[in-house]
Amino acid sequence: MLPAPAPAILCRGLRKRYPDVVAVDGLDLEVRRGECFGLLGPNGAGKTTTIEILEGLTNADEGDVAILGERWSGNTQALKERIGISLQETRFNDKLTVAETIRLFRSFYRTGRDHDDVLRRLSLDEKANARVGKLSGGQRQRLAVACALVGDPEILFLDEPTTGLDPQSRLQLWEVVTKFRKEGGTVLLTTHYMDEAERLCDRVAVIDRGRVIRLGTPAELIGALEASTVVELAADPMPEAARLLALPGVQGCHARGPNLALHVESLPRTVPALLAELEGSGATLLHLSTHHATLEDVFVSLTGRELRDT
Amino acid sequence: MPAPSPLYELTVTRVKEFIRQGEAVFWVFVFPILLALALGFAFRDKTPDRIPIGVANGARSAAVAKALETSPALRVRLYDPVAGREALRVGKISLLVEVDGATLFRFDPTRPDSRMARMEAVDALQRAAGRVDPVTIGEERVTERGSRYIDFLIPGLLGLNLMSTGMWGVGFSIVTARSQKLLKRLVATPMRKRDYLLAQMASRIAFLAAEVAVLLGFAWLVFDVGVRGSLLLLAVICFVGAMAFAGLGVLVASRAETIEAVSGLMNFVMLPMWLLSGVFFSADRFPDSVQPFLRALPLTALNDALREVMIEGASVVAVLPELVNLTVWMLLSFAVALRVFKWK
Repeated sequence: MLPAPAPAILCRGLRKRYPDVVAVDGLDLEVRRGECFGLLGPNGAGKTTTIEILEGLTNADEGDVAILGERWSGNTQALKERIGISLQETRFNDKLTVAETIRLFRSFYRTGRDHDDVLRRLSLDEKANARVGKLSGGQRQRLAVACALVGDPEILFLDEPTTGLDPQSRLQLWEVVTKFRKEGGTVLLTTHYMDEAERLCDRVAVIDRGRVIRLGTPAELIGALEASTVVELAADPMPEAARLLALPGVQGCHARGPNLALHVESLPRTVPALLAELEGSGATLLHLSTHHATLEDVFVSLTGRELRDT
Repeated sequence: MPAPSPLYELTVTRVKEFIRQGEAVFWVFVFPILLALALGFAFRDKTPDRIPIGVANGARSAAVAKALETSPALRVRLYDPVAGREALRVGKISLLVEVDGATLFRFDPTRPDSRMARMEAVDALQRAAGRVDPVTIGEERVTERGSRYIDFLIPGLLGLNLMSTGMWGVGFSIVTARSQKLLKRLVATPMRKRDYLLAQMASRIAFLAAEVAVLLGFAWLVFDVGVRGSLLLLAVICFVGAMAFAGLGVLVASRAETIEAVSGLMNFVMLPMWLLSGVFFSADRFPDSVQPFLRALPLTALNDALREVMIEGASVVAVLPELVNLTVWMLLSFAVALRVFKWK
């Protein structure tokens, strides 16, 4: 029997300090081949430092990294041939056209995809002869992914691929990622969009302050919340958290923007009690809504902070 | 489809990037021509001016003025006696001839133009009165092509242009790519770093021929500046010079993160050479003690070599020291740049 292939990405005990901050603080990850893996966390959690260490762009102070079973040192050129990267903020040359840019990146790889094929796949064929400087944000991001795909990589690293994009551009990029996976590719992406992680990722690592604080499939992480429903409310005056936590079925209470978010086991049990509590204290209800728990709620319940806190 | 060479693709995209920047084309092709035009006209060689003199109105003034006008060196005007003295006092004329009674020259002997006017006026009046010169002296004019200021200036401007376009072109392109994180993206690919830096230098070749031809063609058409030596040797010197400055450009841009930072560094490196390397006047005018330093500067070497070939028609042996100097600058700066270059 053949030995199982090495995982696509494996890292153990990763640490990286910058003069003013410990960006990565003992981080372990294993990404299986063919998997789409999400690093989820707020800005400053260490996602970008982590992904750049894995990409071989940044050296870790401590820890081991193996990409496709190989270490970076001594295999740099060979590994670069096998991965594709989209950085968080690359600005390609404004004076070149889309096709010229892709052709340039194609020339760096010994084997790769036909650049026309990549253009079509990223729906950039109509923009082939447009200058990069004239592209919209979504088109630029697709170009970045096109340059990552043109070397026909086994692993695609995407650092916040859809941050700041309009919904349609996000959908287009999600389709590209989905198609790449269907062909057997492995994807590691960072995001602070919950819906993106839930939609694309087989597994997610929630990262905060340079560590993995929770790991699992999106469904597992949401299921692990003791309470799978969230009630958001605002009232004047705002009730005290301690009193709300004492209500039946309330498992957690966090500030969420201007509102309070209560994690509850069952709406029929909690909501009448909540309304009675507010009325009893003479508060006026300003806002009340409920939803099923999402990864966002997982994050808030794990860290007490919102994902987009900066 | 066979994979194209990365060095080729990097070079071609760099050339396209340059051509598509209108302002860069202006600085490379139009600016040196405007500079040559302005300086060429300011310092053009003219036929010597006639010296203005005056004749005060009097009995014989018309005849005297006519005699003086036979001199090609004098411009003669008639004045009222009082106005004539005033014109002499304020320097409008260099000499006033008074003809009431005996002929009298009124002039300031400390003014060279006045002394000249006096000699010319004496000659003209004596010859008109019938003097015969006992000795005949022939004359030969020696205002030659090659000895004019413009002949000195054009090779200097060519060197200056090769330096400026080489360094600015390479420096801006690299620092822009670094500040946009494009360099970081490039090193995440299997691209060889050496190829990127070589392409910066190689792309210079594409503009080099055009750049040199435009400036020299202009100088030839407008100022009749020629090349006395071998055109091939001139091309070799331009090539080696351009590569030396492209290498220096890569070095200067090797760590700067912003356009402002690299602009400062560029000026720090280039401004001394604008002044010291014999662009507008010969570097020989500086004291002997600093000559070894000036001779070591790449722009001095380039300008010297260009002048030797264009003006003196020097052979390859004569310009060998300069070629060696430039090659050393090129290799040294490229090698150092490759070591200290900051990609991320």
